[in-house]
Amino acid sequence: MKSLIKKLVESTGPSGYETQVRDVIRAEVEPYADEVRVDALGNLIATKGKPSEDGKKILLAAHMDEIGIIATHVDEHGFVRFTTIGGVNPRTCVGGRVRFLNGTIGVIGHEYIKDRSRLPSIEQMYIDVGAKSRASCPVKVADTAAFERPYLELGDRLVSKAMDDRIGAAVLIETMRQLENSPHQIFYVFSVQEEVGLRGATTAAYGIDPDIGIALDVTLSGDTPKSIKMEVSLGKGPAIKVRDSGMFSDPQVVDWMVKTAEQDKLPYQLEVLEGGTTDARAIQLSRAGVPSGCISIPCRYVHAPSEMVDLNDVQNAVKLLLGLLSRPVQLD
Amino acid sequence: MTPKNESEITSPKIRTPQIKLLEQLCNACAVSGDEGEVRALVLEQVRPHADEVKLDALGNVLATRKGTARGRKRLRVMLDAHMDEVGFMLTHDEGSGIFRFDTVGGLDIRQLVGKPVWVGRDHVSGVIGAKPIHLTTAKERERSIPLDTLRIDIGPGGDPKIKVGDWATFATSFTRLGPSLRGKALDDRLGVVLLIELLKHAPPNIDLLAAFTVQEEVGLRGARVAAYAFEPDIGIALDCTPALDLPIWEDDDHTPSENTSYNTRLGAGPAIYTADRATMSDPRLIRHLVETAEELDIPYQFRQPGGGSTDAGAIQLAHTGVPSISVSVPGRYLHTAASIARLSDWQHTITLLYAALSRMTPKILAQDR
Repeated sequence: MKSLIKKLVESTGPSGYETQVRDVIRAEVEPYADEVRVDALGNLIATKGKPSEDGKKILLAAHMDEIGIIATHVDEHGFVRFTTIGGVNPRTCVGGRVRFLNGTIGVIGHEYIKDRSRLPSIEQMYIDVGAKSRASCPVKVADTAAFERPYLELGDRLVSKAMDDRIGAAVLIETMRQLENSPHQIFYVFSVQEEVGLRGATTAAYGIDPDIGIALDVTLSGDTPKSIKMEVSLGKGPAIKVRDSGMFSDPQVVDWMVKTAEQDKLPYQLEVLEGGTTDARAIQLSRAGVPSGCISIPCRYVHAPSEMVDLNDVQNAVKLLLGLLSRPVQLD
Repeated sequence: MTPKNESEITSPKIRTPQIKLLEQLCNACAVSGDEGEVRALVLEQVRPHADEVKLDALGNVLATRKGTARGRKRLRVMLDAHMDEVGFMLTHDEGSGIFRFDTVGGLDIRQLVGKPVWVGRDHVSGVIGAKPIHLTTAKERERSIPLDTLRIDIGPGGDPKIKVGDWATFATSFTRLGPSLRGKALDDRLGVVLLIELLKHAPPNIDLLAAFTVQEEVGLRGARVAAYAFEPDIGIALDCTPALDLPIWEDDDHTPSENTSYNTRLGAGPAIYTADRATMSDPRLIRHLVETAEELDIPYQFRQPGGGSTDAGAIQLAHTGVPSISVSVPGRYLHTAASIARLSDWQHTITLLYAALSRMTPKILAQDR
């Protein structure tokens, strides 16, 4: 599974520009799906199975996009001004590197700031791609880039600039590969534009009109020095979301996940995330409402260029999904 | 292939009648939620040219004009321009023609003081009153005046028909300033006229779905239901976007430097959106507009990616999703009493849109993004 993860996280796909990631995922899922299509906003939807008597229409969503930047101006000396795509923290930008979709790499610098206790704002930063003039700059206004940082394996801990949410995509792909029998009709949705407002999941859920929705995404952890207070740690199993700032998981979906984890003797944690939300919110609010939940991969340093997850949590998330999907479910 | 000549012959032109129509529309009052006056003008213009005209539950005008090209699939292209403008609503009658009010849409409270306004459907004259300089202290003059101490004053005895819940807007008459246009509500009456003209001169290869929407300035509300009703293949919002292209740009310490955040520039042509707070424009549509502009030598600019939003943000999320983009005429001083736009930008916007629409086939959506 590590090689799949590496392949996924090393592709570049800021929100709205997920083509590269979509191509990688399409090649992975095509052998296992009955049908693969790309919808109007660019969501990749792989369908498996037919509706059956004791089966449901289940939508599984992991988003393809990652946070990034977009060029707003190239000045006369070839410096690129930019703004953010999604929740980029200025703190993690300084000294960082970005890779534009055309392959150009640049480093992030900032204007001189007298008061050293102050953090530069995004408006005070620029990207230096080594150009000496506007004319020779390979970046033009509206070009997009994602953060650039090599993939790293530290024992069981895997580190990348885009664990959020390629790790969710990896879980879905691996589940697809391993799932032998299911009574359900399953829609594996690799969604676009989650980081800018759950947009892909909104329209995908409308189109699919599922009976149950589950997002696969990362969540924060509370297991680092003086971290936020949160009952989620790396290595203690996938987190079954109870609540985040955008939704309450459907209690019956939570029960279903908990019972399945216990039945299959899988480690799990219950998650209450105070800031942030996932595609599950968009699915839950689709049409007349959809019972929805989320399986989260605990992740350190979310939205920094070195997001860290534990491989065991990832593998257990696959097992939990396999347990959920291989048996009938009745939510009352 | 001679698209250049073809488009020069048929592309709609901005001439005196279009400027007159813009004047009428800018001088009409249509604060979000009270778009009736502009709607009446729009209906009168579009009825003779549309196959079907609907007035929906929220007050949007939805006009359809089917293409005449046969033999191949015609894309259903929704073009959108919002009829509403920012303004005010009276909230409390304090007697003697004095009213408390609230703002409708994005307005900077600092620039309201002392502005003449039109109140209600009969355009009753009033003013946002302020204490004259004779009576203010030096300290008072340092601070901006909070909204709850501002009043709209229509004079003692005023007009007995004016009541709480009435809308008001800046009393600015439209004027042409040589190559420029000055008026209130250029955002988005420039777009409304563009859309009327495009409907009149609709290219035969597409089904043109024209949405003249309500309540954009308070959250893209009209466009949301309009896009749901039309269920288009492609959505394009025609709007007006701020230009902060002041000739001399000074840093905090007053040293001149390159202006790196102008949003758009007057005179640089239509502003193509690539990203704002609500929309990542569909890359295929960005390419289509850019290629069209470059092939036909039509000037264009990218609006600087950043905040703000247009009706495209609502359109893209309708049903199973709609590839969408916005094209705006740049304008200075938007959402204030008087904004300024260039006639040439307006003309180039309609030329670009017409040419881009004329070349629109289902192939666009079959491309990679």
